[in-house]
Amino acid sequence: MSSTTIVVPDKRLPLATELAGIAVIAVLGIAGYFLFPDDLAFLTRLISIALLVLSLDLVTGYCGVATLGQAALFGVSAYVVGNACLAGITNPLLLLLVGLAAGAVVGLASGALITRFRGLPQLVLSIAIGQLVAALSNKLSILTGGSDGLSGITPGKVFGIFAFDMYSRTAYVFSAVVLGVVFALLLRFVRSPFGLLCRGIKDDDLRAQMIGASVYPRLIVMYGVSGAVAGIGGALTAITTGVVGLDSVSFERSAEVLVMLVLGGAGSLWGALTGAIIFQIFEHIVSATNPFHWMTLVGLLLILIVVFMPRGLAHGAAALWSKLRSRGGRS
Amino acid sequence: MRTILSIGVDAVSYGMVLFMISIGLSIMMGLMRVVNLAHGAFAMIGGYLASYALRAMGLPYAVAILIAVVGTIAISIPFEVLLYRRIYRKSDALTQLLLTIGITFFVIGIVNFVFGPTLKSIPLPPALSGPLDIGFRMVPTHRMFVIACGAVTALALWFLLDKTEFGVRLRAAVDNGDMAEALGIRTEMLYSATFALAVGLAAFGGVVGAELLPIEPFYALRYMVTFLVVVSVGGAGSIAGALSASLLLGLADTTGKYLAPEFGEFFFYLAVIVIVFLFPHGLLGRAH
Repeated sequence: MSSTTIVVPDKRLPLATELAGIAVIAVLGIAGYFLFPDDLAFLTRLISIALLVLSLDLVTGYCGVATLGQAALFGVSAYVVGNACLAGITNPLLLLLVGLAAGAVVGLASGALITRFRGLPQLVLSIAIGQLVAALSNKLSILTGGSDGLSGITPGKVFGIFAFDMYSRTAYVFSAVVLGVVFALLLRFVRSPFGLLCRGIKDDDLRAQMIGASVYPRLIVMYGVSGAVAGIGGALTAITTGVVGLDSVSFERSAEVLVMLVLGGAGSLWGALTGAIIFQIFEHIVSATNPFHWMTLVGLLLILIVVFMPRGLAHGAAALWSKLRSRGGRS
Repeated sequence: MRTILSIGVDAVSYGMVLFMISIGLSIMMGLMRVVNLAHGAFAMIGGYLASYALRAMGLPYAVAILIAVVGTIAISIPFEVLLYRRIYRKSDALTQLLLTIGITFFVIGIVNFVFGPTLKSIPLPPALSGPLDIGFRMVPTHRMFVIACGAVTALALWFLLDKTEFGVRLRAAVDNGDMAEALGIRTEMLYSATFALAVGLAAFGGVVGAELLPIEPFYALRYMVTFLVVVSVGGAGSIAGALSASLLLGLADTTGKYLAPEFGEFFFYLAVIVIVFLFPHGLLGRAH
């Protein structure tokens, strides 16, 4: 049995799923704003990483491409946005577009290399591309600031009205709105004929070829879209934190987002979002105590998930729920 | 000339360290199809055990190596029984990645809790620490020792796989696991033995190569990718492939670091991309 659920196109309301996505993010966003007013900077960072996890879900969850180099897409666009801002483009919305374009270009280029093969060669190519970008970011210090990072990025006001304040209020609301819009668009995108065909490719690429789909170009396009989403995430970190460091292109970042995705459940945008939120809150709490305890606990968490919930929390919770319900029905 | 010789000795000894550690992973990936990212974690455990045996217990170097290899295999048994058996021959790469990254994190955390977060040295015996005269030049004895260890490992493995009963069974299982099982080869036992062999080789390489890949808290994470890359460049399950890939990548990395140190690992990964693109199944691997 394949690991994806069969998606039946919704016939009830034309935009029900998309509106539900926006509503959930709005509720979570408002709850976060009022429950943790002192942690808005952390929540803002959480949102940009969540976008990276969503972008990874597009290639890993929907196309079955195992990659450990996704941070390259995120980091490059963060650097591009940082440089654009330093060069005088200060409109936040324009900077988002710059990040989107940069991410899409890197996504198309790396996708053309990575999706050429399957299995181990694919994984190693993705790692090598990620490491290549990381080494270059370290070397090209004129553009990236090297190991010091790129700093002094000061974007202008959103719509000329809302300035970025030191409490990250504007940054948080801005990021949450961007996440809501991107999430709704992606919910639409993955249910489009293109998205469904990508699922088909993931389940059986030979069969997809036999029904007349050209697999390779589609995977490249999907990589481009994924790059665009990761680029928006990268742009958000550059805009909201004002600095871009080497950690945005690191292997650890790539590994971490893969962990978040599989934790939540690959192949479902809701799973990606859940994984990103839960993992980062867990990390935020545990890493405050001791980085090595953090590693032990995260490692243990991963092992337990693979052993007990191999398809992620979203699927695991759903299975548990249906089991409880059926038991309740019998008694 | 002097630079060329230094590069040569450093490249070959670095390549041999890569080979000793990666060959275990290569055999495991060829046989069990497990992308074991935790392989470096076992090399790290070996290094820590040897360091402890040498510095805290004052044992001789050879005994420390033995303790490291046997101890690491003993430590790996619960992991094999409880976790690795679930993912042998499963094609879901994502599950394997997640589980083995989890094991890596877990081991790093525990090792640091037990041994502390500092760099651990493995003091060399006097016989290995000085320079060695090879006729026309002096080279570090330790480098020569590493190269010799690598050569012996390669020969011993070739003998084990090509000339013994175990090797015949192993190669049969690598070529066609289901058929081997149908012919009465107990693949479960074979898998466990291979796992122990792989882990033991990792520990051995970790100890002997500690001079070049220092034993430190993030060892497992830092070199995780390197070992995986060596295997995929060489082709999983091939000794000659792993050896040539190790030497080639050792040369690329060492030359890059000598001639353009500020580029770091750029040339290493550039070489990897080119090779993997040209030989997707590895230099000497076969398509499965």
